[in-house]
Amino acid sequence: MGGYILKRLLSAVPVLLGITVIVFLIMSLIPGDPATAILGAYATPENVEKLNRDLGLDEPMIERYFIWLYNMLQGDFGRSYSLNRPVLDEILERFSATLILAGTSFILCSILGILAGVVSAARQYGMADKLITFVVLIGISVPSFFLGMMMILLFAVNLRWLPVSGMYAIYGGGDLPDLIRHLTMPALALSAVATGVIARMARSAMLEVLRQDFVRTARAKGVHERRVITRHALRAAMVAIIPVLGIQAGFVLSGAVYIEIVFQWPGVGRMLVDAILTRDLLLVQGGVVFVAACYVLFNIAVDVAQSLLDPRIKT
Amino acid sequence: MIAFLRRLFRNRLAGLGAVTFAAIVLFVVVTPLLPLPDPNATATADRFMRPFSEGHPLGTDHLGRDLLARLAAGTRLSLAVGVAAALIAATIGSAIGIVAGYFGGRIDNVIMRGVDMLMAFPYILLALAIVAALGPGLMNALIAVAAVNVPFFARNIRGITVGLAGREFVDAARLSGMGHTRIILSELLPNVLPVIVIAMSTTVGWMILETAGLSFLGLGSQPPQADLGSMLGEARSALITHPHTSVVPGLMIFFIVMSINLLGDGVRDALDPRLRSGALSRPRAMTEVKREDPVPAPTDDLLALQDLHTQFHVGDRVLRAVDGVSLTVAPGECLGIIGESGSGKSVTALSVMGLVASPPGLITGGAVRFRGEDLVGAPYERLRQARGDRVAYIFQDPLSTLHPLYRVGDQLAEAIRAHHKVAAKEARARAVALLRDVRIPNAESRLDDYPHEMSGGMRQRVGIAMALANEPDVIIADEPTTALDVTVQAQILSLLDDLRRDRGLAIVFITHDFGVVAQLCDRVAVMYAGRIVEEGPTGAVLNAPAHPYTRRLIACVPELGQGRRELAAIPGLPPTLDDLPAGCAFAPRCEKARPACSAAPIPLEGSGRRAVRCLYPETRPEEAA
Ligand code: SF4
Repeated sequence: MGGYILKRLLSAVPVLLGITVIVFLIMSLIPGDPATAILGAYATPENVEKLNRDLGLDEPMIERYFIWLYNMLQGDFGRSYSLNRPVLDEILERFSATLILAGTSFILCSILGILAGVVSAARQYGMADKLITFVVLIGISVPSFFLGMMMILLFAVNLRWLPVSGMYAIYGGGDLPDLIRHLTMPALALSAVATGVIARMARSAMLEVLRQDFVRTARAKGVHERRVITRHALRAAMVAIIPVLGIQAGFVLSGAVYIEIVFQWPGVGRMLVDAILTRDLLLVQGGVVFVAACYVLFNIAVDVAQSLLDPRIKT
Repeated sequence: MIAFLRRLFRNRLAGLGAVTFAAIVLFVVVTPLLPLPDPNATATADRFMRPFSEGHPLGTDHLGRDLLARLAAGTRLSLAVGVAAALIAATIGSAIGIVAGYFGGRIDNVIMRGVDMLMAFPYILLALAIVAALGPGLMNALIAVAAVNVPFFARNIRGITVGLAGREFVDAARLSGMGHTRIILSELLPNVLPVIVIAMSTTVGWMILETAGLSFLGLGSQPPQADLGSMLGEARSALITHPHTSVVPGLMIFFIVMSINLLGDGVRDALDPRLRSGALSRPRAMTEVKREDPVPAPTDDLLALQDLHTQFHVGDRVLRAVDGVSLTVAPGECLGIIGESGSGKSVTALSVMGLVASPPGLITGGAVRFRGEDLVGAPYERLRQARGDRVAYIFQDPLSTLHPLYRVGDQLAEAIRAHHKVAAKEARARAVALLRDVRIPNAESRLDDYPHEMSGGMRQRVGIAMALANEPDVIIADEPTTALDVTVQAQILSLLDDLRRDRGLAIVFITHDFGVVAQLCDRVAVMYAGRIVEEGPTGAVLNAPAHPYTRRLIACVPELGQGRRELAAIPGLPPTLDDLPAGCAFAPRCEKARPACSAAPIPLEGSGRRAVRCLYPETRPEEAA
C-alpha cells in the first residue's frame, strides 16, 4: 500500500509540472508589458524595474518559467500588490476557509447523493424514486449562485433562522456553533448540484450492479434484501461511484467561487475574483497553481481509496 | 431517425424540456418585434417597480429599466454566448480529438497528455486564469468557457476516432492514395459528427450556465450590456429589498438549463438500447407472482414443481419460458434437467426459490412445494429463510457469481450467519471445515483469498461449499461445470456425487450435456421450448430415447463422459418463446413430423416414471419401462 501511494505521488509530479506550464502559458497571454500589467496602479518606473528583475521578466520565456518555478518551490509565490503581503500567506489563510466550506459540501453531497441514489434504485419506479428523480432534476438545473440567493431570502430574511452571510458573527462570534450557523446555507447551496449528479450516478450504478450474478447468489444464500442492497450491491457500486466523487470534488471546488461571493465567505475563490478585478495577477497566478495542486493531491487520495475498496486493483 | 424521434417524444419529460426550450427561443425571437421599451433606457423615477405594474409587466430594476425588455435582451445574449462557446469548444476540441485519434502514436500521446493536464484543473480555475490574463469582458469569458470545455470534446472524439481509424474504409481510403486531410474530412468527420452533436447538446446548457456565472462574478459582460448572469449579479445588492429583480433572471437561467438537461437526458435515453429492452430494471428480491388458476393441492414429495408457468414480459411480448412443468425430487435423488440454451431449464431452476429476475420475469401459474409448503405463494421472509438453508444453489460461472470484493471466507460465513446466530469466530471455523469438505487444500489460508485470486475449479468448490453451508435438503446446480475445463469438470462432478451419497442430498442438476447426466443423475427430464418432452430413469432414457429430440441429443454426444459437448449440432433453431405453435414445438426440426403433430397440444404421456410428449415416439415408453 505504501508503495502504491508513493507510485501515485510520483506520477503526480509531471501533472503538477504541467499545471505550472499551463498557468504560465496562460499568464503570458497578458497583453502589453507584463510588469506594468501586474503592478497596475503601482506601476512606478522603480517598481516596474524591480519586478522585472525579481521575476526575470527581461529574460527569455523558458528562463522566466524556471525562475518562477524555482521561487515557488522555495515557497515564494511573489507579493500581492493590492494587499501588500506575500501571496502565499494570503492564499493559505483564504484556503482554510474554502476548505471548510468545500469540504463540508463535499461530505454532504457524497452522503446525500449516495443515499438518494441507493434509495432510488432500491425503489425503482416507486414513489420515492420518482420524488428523488424530480428533486435531483431541479437540483442539477438550478444555478448554485441563484439557489444561494433564494436561500438567503427564505432562511435569513423571511424566517430569520440563519445569518445572511459571512463566516463568523462580527460581534461575539467565532466559536463552532457560530461557524455552523454561518456554514449551513452556503454548504447546502454549494452541494446541491453535486448531490444531484452523484445521486443519478449512484442510482444507475446500483441498478447496474443489482442485475449482476453475485447479487442473485447473495439472494440465493438467503441474505436479507436490506443487506443485499447495503452490503453486496452498494459495495460493488462504490467502485463506480468513487471516481465520480473525485470529479465532483472539482465541481464543488469550482462552485465555491460563486458561493463565496454570494455569502461573502472569505475563501480563496472570492480572493481570486477580487484579484482579477484589481488586476493583482501574481495573486491570481499563485492561487490557481496552489488550488489546482491541492486538487491533484486530493485525486490521488481518491485513487488510494479506490484501491482500498477494490482488491482487484494492483497495488 | 424517425424511431429515435418517436422514442424521444414518448418520453414525457424530454417533451416538456423541448416545449420549454422552444418557448424560450420563441420569446427571444418574438420580443424584438414587440413594442418593448429600450432595455438600456434608465428612468430613475421608476426604480424598483414591482412586477405587473403599468407598462412594466415584470417591473423595473435599480435604474428603472424595464425588466421584461432586459430579460429578453439578456436571454438572447446568454443563449448566443453559450451556443457560441459550445460551437467553438466542439470545433477545436473535435479537431484535436480527430487528429490525435487518427494519427495515433507520438502525436496522440503528446496531445492527450496535454488534455489530461487541462482536465486536472477544477474547470473554474482555468477559466479564471484565462479571464485574468485577457481581462474581464464578455468575449473573454466566452473564450475562457470554450477553452475549458475543449478537453472534454477532445477526449470523447479521440475515443471515437481511434475506433474508426482502424476500420477497413479508412484503410481503403489510404490505399487509394487519399491525403490525410481528405480522409479526415470525407471519411472520418461524417462518422464522428453525430457524436459531436450529441456531446454538444449535453454540454450547451452547462456552457450557458458557466458564461452566466462568469458574468455574475462581474468578469463577463460589462455594463450597460447585460446577459442573464450580470443581471443577476447587479440585482444582488438589492436582493433583500427588491427580490424580484433577482428572481426574474435567476428563474430564466434555471428554465434554460433545466429544459436543456431534460432534452439531453431524453436524447441519451432514446439512444441507449438497454433502456428500450427494459434491461436496466432492477430485479426485485423475489420473482413476481400473478397466479390466476387455483393452486394445485399439496403433495408429500420433498420437492415438487406442479404445473409451473414462468413468463417474461418484455414490452408487449410474452415469452413463455416455463410452460407447465411438473417434476418431483425425492430425498437423496439426483434429477437431471437437460436441454439447449433457451429451453427454459435454468428458468425452471431459478423459479423454485423465486430467483427469476423480475421484472421481466413473472410466475403465472402452478406451485413449487417443499415438503408440501407452497414456496411460490410464500411471503418474502419465509422464502428468504428457506433460501440457502433448505434449498441451496450452485451457479454456473463462479467468477461472476461470487462477490468480487469480499474474501471467500467472509462470503461463506455470511451464508451461515444468514440463517444461524453464530459468532464471527465460529462462522469462520465452520467456513474452514466447509472448504475442507470440498477438498480445498490449505483451507485455512484460502479463507482470506478474493475470488479473483483463485482458479476456476477452486472458485466453484467455494460455490459448492457455500451451498453446503447450512446442510440443505436440496441443491439446485445450474450448469455448475460448464465454465470449467474437462479435468476440473470431472473432479467437481465426482465431488458432488460423493457429497450426495455421504449426506443424502437431493440434487437437481441443470445441464446441456448428456454425458454429465449419465455420470451423475438417477433420473432425467428433457426440456424443449419450456416444456418437458421426455422423462425417465437415466439408463432407460439413454438406452431407448422415446422422443425424437432426445434421440438426436444423445446422438450428438460423441462419447459419453468425455469433454465438452454443445447441442448445436441439431439443425434448426428452437422456436421463439413468444410464438409457440399449438402442437409440437419440435415439429419444424423433426424428421418424423406429420400434419397431426402441429394440429393440437400433445400431452406428456407414459406409465410409471417414464413419459414422453410425442405422437410418434421412437419407442413406446411402456416397452422401454
Ligand atoms: S410429435 Fe411429431 S413433430 Fe413432435 S417430436 Fe413427435 S413426431 Fe416429431
